[in-house]
Amino acid sequence: MFARAAASAALVVTLAAFDGVAAQTANQPPDTMAARVEACTPCHGNKGEGTNDVYFPRLAGKPAGYLYNQLLAFRSGRRKYPPMNYLLEFLPDPYLEAMAEYFASEHPPLPQPAQTEVSKDVLAQGELLATSGDANRNIPACVSCHGPGLTGMQPGIPGLLGLRAPYISAQLGAWRYGTRTAKSPDCMQLVAGHLTEADVTAVAAWLATRPAPDNPAPVAKGTYALPFGCGSQPN
Amino acid sequence: MGSKLSIALLALAALTTVAHAQDKNSDVIARGEYLARAGDCTACHTAPEGRLFAGGRAMPTPFGTLYTSNITPDPEAGIGKWTADDFYRTMHSGRFPDGGLIYPAMPFASYTKVTRADSDAIFAYLRSIPPVNQKNRPHELRFPYDNRQLILGWRTLFFSEGEFKPDPTKSAEWNRGAYLVEGLGHCGMCHSPINALGGTSQSDAFKGGLIPMQNWYAPSLTSNREAGLGDWSMKDITDYLQTGVSKRGAVYGPMAEVVHNSLQYLNDEDTKAMAVYLKGIAEGSTPPPASSILPNTESSLLVSLGKTVYDKNCASCHGTQGEGKAPHWPPLANNQSIEMQSAVNPIRMVLNGGYPPGTKGNPMPYGMPPFAGLLSDNEVAAVVSYIRTAWGNRGSPVSAREANELRSAPLN
Repeated sequence: MFARAAASAALVVTLAAFDGVAAQTANQPPDTMAARVEACTPCHGNKGEGTNDVYFPRLAGKPAGYLYNQLLAFRSGRRKYPPMNYLLEFLPDPYLEAMAEYFASEHPPLPQPAQTEVSKDVLAQGELLATSGDANRNIPACVSCHGPGLTGMQPGIPGLLGLRAPYISAQLGAWRYGTRTAKSPDCMQLVAGHLTEADVTAVAAWLATRPAPDNPAPVAKGTYALPFGCGSQPN
Repeated sequence: MGSKLSIALLALAALTTVAHAQDKNSDVIARGEYLARAGDCTACHTAPEGRLFAGGRAMPTPFGTLYTSNITPDPEAGIGKWTADDFYRTMHSGRFPDGGLIYPAMPFASYTKVTRADSDAIFAYLRSIPPVNQKNRPHELRFPYDNRQLILGWRTLFFSEGEFKPDPTKSAEWNRGAYLVEGLGHCGMCHSPINALGGTSQSDAFKGGLIPMQNWYAPSLTSNREAGLGDWSMKDITDYLQTGVSKRGAVYGPMAEVVHNSLQYLNDEDTKAMAVYLKGIAEGSTPPPASSILPNTESSLLVSLGKTVYDKNCASCHGTQGEGKAPHWPPLANNQSIEMQSAVNPIRMVLNGGYPPGTKGNPMPYGMPPFAGLLSDNEVAAVVSYIRTAWGNRGSPVSAREANELRSAPLN
């Protein structure tokens, strides 16, 4: 008798507690990162998969360290894009880290490769630079840092797949002109400094035509040695 | 033996005295740090990616660009050679140690109310931080504003020097709140209307105004039609100030900076005191009828388009009836920020979106997307007109031109 009373009392207490939680969550947004980063979706798409706007990058699946570095750079104004600078200005480090982890852990399918508008010759020049570089002009191959599959390496080197030519071209231009910078030694600035405008067009066009590999995840840290020092990828 | 003991005791006493002095000193420094936060010194005196209080931050003004100064204890580049008297003179009188006039972008018209003891504590704290040898950058002001003598005129019109005088008819809590709001908090720098000469008249204190250069509207703290807190609960006010979000709305724009750098660090007593004071200065005014510059037919077209835009883009968070899910998804119904006469802020929120600041009380805030790239001027005007007039809201419709003009407002 006592046991039954105790059990039903416990049940009542449990139900009451459950009710309280249910009522609270019904009136609250979902307690998830997805809900917290809805501010990002109009430009970066659901789960960071990208949108139709060719100037906004896909975020999903990029290494968390790379994404975190970008969030820090936008917050401090080092990387300049006023809408991003404004959104991040008063967000603390651990939250930016959580955002980076969230987008890094999402793996929506890569988009279909873009139809290119450049000639075969230009594409071939892009492929040559991306896969072999040009030793005479001190240009390393993209794949020497971004990986043979162009999927990037943990924690700081981004994959280059799923991006459209106008975005890649704009970023390479920004590195060339020094409006995009990163921690010293600023490897991308050194590389982009050796590129001509024609190189940029060719590389951006070829990269945008790459199909999705079987495994689009960035490779583990230290999988291959970098050809030179890079502030964003400490040894 | 006896003498040995007494020497030991003396030594112990001396040590204790030193320890006491150090304790007392570190107490003063800790209080100074707290007060420096209450004064939000870092907002101006620390540059992005710069060292703490090394200055060099560009402050665009209608008169040109000012660069903030180094207030670290470096003897050459900072204030290492200053005395506590020098520092108090700066805070209280707006003059450099050599008597030179300070541009009133430094809120000495508010800091003049700070007590000598508090000024000394802040100075002790600034003496304790690492010195940074970074030279001050000269200001870039246009003629004739590069002539510091002009500041004399400004001072005659708008500066009244003097420490805060408590109002004996009010509670100690009210007076503490008034001291913080009017003094270190320098809330009037934004929340009082600024005239063409860059000054505020005393009779207009806390009556709201457009912040020059930033193009955000700092609402009146006295009118319940704007940010007057007359009908807010104490908890909603303290939540808003300390965490950046509340059941009545979230902070955004320049206020996000204030909560992030300053208000979140204030203790419960001081936050409550500010809330008591702010609630106290709200006038029980009856709202004036909404007035719109738009013809009726245009307004009703806008509002009906606005409902379509709202249901598609906004209702999933803010609710079909503007009820929101407070505090993270703010209610828009009965939200003073939406209804007030100036539509600058709601238009900008739609265009730019935003995150409330990450604070101790709300470390992972929910954000609103920017709609500048998704909605046309007409759609922005329509949805803002809708939220200002739906659900019993008493705002007025806005035009596509107003929406368009704010697309170029600076974002940082």
